Amino acid sequence: MILRVVLALAMMAGVARAESITLASTTSVDNSGLMAVILPVFTKATGIEVRVLAQGTGQALATAARGDADLALVHDPEAEAKFMAEGHGTTKREIAWNDFLFVGPKGDPAKIAGTRDAIAALKAVAAAKVPFVSRGDASGTNALELRLWKAAGIVPKGADWYRDIGGGMGAALNAAAAMDAVTITDRGTWLSFRNRRELVEQVAGDAALINRYDVIELKPNGQAPEKLAAAKKFADWLCAPEGQAAIGAYVLEGQKLFNPSAK
Amino acid sequence: MLTLWHSLPGEGLEDLPQIVGLSLAVSGGATVLAAVLGVLFAAWLAFTRFAGRRAVVVGLNALLGLPPVVVGLVLYLLLSRQGPLGALGLLFTPGAMVVAQATLATPIVAALAHRVLEANWERFGRALAASGAGRWRSVRPLLGMSRRALLTAVLAGFGRTVSEVGAVLVVGGNIAGHTRTMTTAIALETSKGNLDLALGLGFVLIGISVTVSATVVLLGEARS
Repeated sequence: MILRVVLALAMMAGVARAESITLASTTSVDNSGLMAVILPVFTKATGIEVRVLAQGTGQALATAARGDADLALVHDPEAEAKFMAEGHGTTKREIAWNDFLFVGPKGDPAKIAGTRDAIAALKAVAAAKVPFVSRGDASGTNALELRLWKAAGIVPKGADWYRDIGGGMGAALNAAAAMDAVTITDRGTWLSFRNRRELVEQVAGDAALINRYDVIELKPNGQAPEKLAAAKKFADWLCAPEGQAAIGAYVLEGQKLFNPSAK
Repeated sequence: MLTLWHSLPGEGLEDLPQIVGLSLAVSGGATVLAAVLGVLFAAWLAFTRFAGRRAVVVGLNALLGLPPVVVGLVLYLLLSRQGPLGALGLLFTPGAMVVAQATLATPIVAALAHRVLEANWERFGRALAASGAGRWRSVRPLLGMSRRALLTAVLAGFGRTVSEVGAVLVVGGNIAGHTRTMTTAIALETSKGNLDLALGLGFVLIGISVTVSATVVLLGEARS
């Protein structure tokens, strides 16, 4: 009985092993709708199905390092450098960029609306003790936020206005909307987010807020060679003119969400 | 409900039949597994006597509160390519989700089934034995007279599986078109701020769950 079940499950897994790869990606490229737009183009051209496992960058890299994915698409330069240094990845290529921005309640209690300096904005938030929502989940966005606090010379952890929600970008935006808090978001998720309530864009345009997305091919760690070969095809496609055009063509509310930037 | 169909053009909704189908297949498969394993275990526990049986019963009942996210995590580590069962290639597949949900539902079915089987064994076991039936020949009539309560036990297991999100999210990965179920879709739409759509999906899930349970109960009543 149990043997038969195991066999049946293994068969289900076998079916899943047909021409498909698993992409460990940051949530923003999936939740923003980008993957839903560009993947059909790639699948049509190559017959390869891409299964998107949308996780925060920290979790996505951990999944990739364990060999549970065939390719990684993430956005945290420091975590990526560590990942490469530890030998989990073979090549890393930038495919697109957009930016992070501060969003906060319309009333602007921190008086930061319209400014460009990210570090000054954090200092203003801390000085006015305006509620601030942190992802707290080792995602790329969370890593950027922590770097900015460090640069500002502030240790927000433990302050009662600092709300570490330990969740995804969407959860953080929902929380910020509910408690009239300031938070930092990637533009892709923000533009596609549907529960903004009083939240508006407040700080953007600082060079420190640039958000780069890299595709990382993985060192074999148990994956079938044909999976990694198919993953390389997808990585190549993302960097090739066809993939770059597909990324650049994704527009929401008149704004381009991701700027193709493969070299 | 109208807002469900108005809230978003396209995305999410055209996949709805597939998501519903996967939810039913995964939870249904897990429930069948849990029903077979749970009732067998409960019957064995009710009809046999051995040292330490009481401890097993207590342990079984304690497992009623098994946290889905922990079950998901442990299975993740087992099924991960670097884990002991990694060679099966089950992680992030519907198969892994079935195993996770069956793990959660089996103790529920077993504990509830054990309660009724043990009571019926104590009440009728001696009579059955006196009528010449051996211990194991008595099993079938006892299961038969416990049928309704066993059905309730299985439905409780189904309720656990169809409503659970923590375990399937960890071992399934909520991959669109592959491992996205009703519960993980609801969590995802909530995180995208599509609260209308998330709520609509929630009502669809409740509708499905209630319909399945009611159908099973009615079929059970009709047969008895």
